[in-house]
Amino acid sequence: MIVEGKQKIWADYQKDIPDDHYYYVRSCIRQSFFPASEVTFLDITRNKLGKDFYENPYHTTCGGIAYHSDSIPQETAMTIIARQFALMHESGYENYVCSCITSFGCYTETLETWHEFPELEDRIRQYLWDSCKKEFAKPKYLAHSSDIIYKFRHEIAKQAKYKLVNVKTGKPLKVVEHIGCHYSKMFPSKGFGGAEYPHVLVGMVEAWGGEVVDYPERRHCCGFGFRQYLIQANRGYSVSNTHKKFESMEPYEPDLIITNCPGCPYFLDRWQYVIAEQTGKTYSKNGYGIPALTYEEVAGLVLGYNPWDLGLQIHQVAIEPLLEKMGVEYDPKAKYKGINNKDLGTPENPINIKLI
Amino acid sequence: MIDFGFSISKSSHIQMDNVDLKLFNKLEALNPDISTCMACGLCTATCSAGNFTDASFRKIILMLQRGKDKEALEKVKKCMMCGKCILVCSRGINTRNILLSITRIYNEEDK
Ligand code: SF4
Ligand code: SF4
Repeated sequence: MIVEGKQKIWADYQKDIPDDHYYYVRSCIRQSFFPASEVTFLDITRNKLGKDFYENPYHTTCGGIAYHSDSIPQETAMTIIARQFALMHESGYENYVCSCITSFGCYTETLETWHEFPELEDRIRQYLWDSCKKEFAKPKYLAHSSDIIYKFRHEIAKQAKYKLVNVKTGKPLKVVEHIGCHYSKMFPSKGFGGAEYPHVLVGMVEAWGGEVVDYPERRHCCGFGFRQYLIQANRGYSVSNTHKKFESMEPYEPDLIITNCPGCPYFLDRWQYVIAEQTGKTYSKNGYGIPALTYEEVAGLVLGYNPWDLGLQIHQVAIEPLLEKMGVEYDPKAKYKGINNKDLGTPENPINIKLI
Repeated sequence: MIDFGFSISKSSHIQMDNVDLKLFNKLEALNPDISTCMACGLCTATCSAGNFTDASFRKIILMLQRGKDKEALEKVKKCMMCGKCILVCSRGINTRNILLSITRIYNEEDK
């Protein structure tokens, strides 16, 4: 691989991101999978970067999970999205930022479909009026929240307390970056770097001192795939995808996986437990597995947030080996303490993947 | 081992760094038209043998490119050299000639 050539191609795919005044919508599943990621995102952007982010308490799910699992028709999903746009309009904002890649894909798909079929947009306007007595305006700008962190990655690097560097060896950490399929595989022009060379996470990793691993199955899906997971009998498809990725990345001995989608960090993390219990294999020499984090969690670690405030104890794969490598100070006894020292309970130790 | 009610299927992943393409390169040097194949599958759709067996010119080429020589040669054996695939190939590839070259080149290696 000629690295310079690849970097040049990556640099060619850029998109403009507005500087300030964003309307933020949360993800329904991310809040339960990674409870602190969105709070951390808002804290970083509002308090560390001084940006204006507005949240409307009346916003709902985008309907993406139901849409992709064929439980609701596209018109229903579009009407839900139209309502979200109406709330943004009522709040006086034009730059729409969503936390979820599934939502980002649904919003992009909806806007593109309305562009191609304006009569459908008219119909959705009518549906929204009939159901909610609301009118919407389309956002002037649509971004995924990882785009925002990407845009301000160098500002974050300037405020960094830790780097993605192994403090014992002084070498950059080897990082696998995994982009959600719906970020740029459906509409390549909507993501930094397109579908082939998405740069959104690469940019963060490099700005914060890490080194990106280029492995054969890098662009392969994490395995979530909605219907593949939602029905138990189909889950073999899901875990087989994830297994394929781990087999492919293993020889490169990654220290960390960074992701920007709700499904990817969840499945790349939890399936390591299932793979270990089914095959007896873990994908790190120390038997702990490879930590899979959201980009907000990685940004939080770099900025010196307490790992337990970032919710890193909720992950299946133990985070401590990574904290040791980065030199992050942490209190091992506080791992399973929640807010106000509430005891969260200690998980059972799995058979084949080490936890403590 | 825990039974989760589902299991992991074997990966079809091929590590290309470990594939030896010496014979395929020889085949390609003798039949440069092979590189114009776009895997459209017209040959396979029209194949007389393919109707009754798993013969598929498109798959044979793909398998040889991926280093799955043994599986490809099994398919080659099913071809009856009728030449229908030459007539339909959207790229005008001399498919039958390639099949003959494969038999010669890959079997020479066996000797
Ligand atoms: S020559 Fe062989 S591969 Fe081609 S159509 Fe005939 S039987 Fe099929
Ligand atoms: S018809 Fe020709 S181009 Fe199409 S798959 Fe067969 S050999 Fe290739």
